[in-house]
Amino acid sequence: MSNEAVAGAKPKSGGLDRQIQAKIGQQLRAMYDEVVDQGVPDRFAELLKKLDGAQPAPKTEEESR
Amino acid sequence: MKTDPATLQIIMAIVPKLRAFAISLSGNVDRADDLVQETLMRAIANIDSFEPGTNMQAWLFTILRNRFRSEYRKRKREVEDADGHYTDSLISQPEQTSKLEYKELRVALEKLPSDQREALILVGASGFSYEEAAAICGCAVGTIKSRVNRARNRLATELDVKSVDDFGPDRNTRAAMAANDRR
Repeated sequence: MSNEAVAGAKPKSGGLDRQIQAKIGQQLRAMYDEVVDQGVPDRFAELLKKLDGAQPAPKTEEESR
Repeated sequence: MKTDPATLQIIMAIVPKLRAFAISLSGNVDRADDLVQETLMRAIANIDSFEPGTNMQAWLFTILRNRFRSEYRKRKREVEDADGHYTDSLISQPEQTSKLEYKELRVALEKLPSDQREALILVGASGFSYEEAAAICGCAVGTIKSRVNRARNRLATELDVKSVDDFGPDRNTRAAMAANDRR
C-alpha cells in the first residue's frame, strides 16, 4: 500500500505547511509501524489457535456429521 | 466447521496492523489489545460473512472500528456523567500513554474528534485509500477527505509546529528508541 501518495495529499497552503504536513505524516507512520513491527503477541497466536479449535456452538446439521 | 488454515494465516498476519490501529485509536495498549481480542473472536465467529476475494484487512478493521465506536460512545456517556469531559480525563492519566512512544503525537491524536482521528489513521498510517477508508467508516469519500484534512491541520496546531525542525521525537521517545536499538 502506498505511503508516498498519502504524504503527498495536497495541503492548501504554502511550502512550509506542506513540509510540516509531510513531517506529521511521517511521524504518524513511524509511530504506527513501531507497533506493527512488534509482530503478533503470543496472546493472539494462542487465541486464534483456540478459537479455531472451539468453533461456535453447532449451528447447522452438517456440523454434527 | 473449522476455519480454513489459510484464512487463519491471513488473519494472523493482519494482527500487528490491527493492534497498531487499535492503539492509535484508543491511546491505550491494554484497551487496544482487548479490542483486538474482541475483533478476532467476532471475526472467527462470523467468518462465513467474509466474502472470499475481498479485502480481509478492511473487513477486520471495520469490525474493530465498530467495536471501538460503540464502546467509546458507552464510555463517553459514563465518564461524562461522572466527571465531565472524557478526553480530558483520558489525557490527565499519564500512565495510559507512558508505555508508548511518540507521546506528544499520541496526546495530540487523542484530542482530535474521533471521526477525524480514525480517518487520519486509516489514510495516513494504515495506508488505506480514501475509498477504502470511507467503506470502513461507512461514509462518503468526500467526508473522509475533509476529515483527514481537518485532522492534519489540527495536529499541526496542536503540536505547535512552527518549522519542520521543531518537530521530532521528544526526549523520552529518543531515549526509548536508543534503548530499543541496544536490545
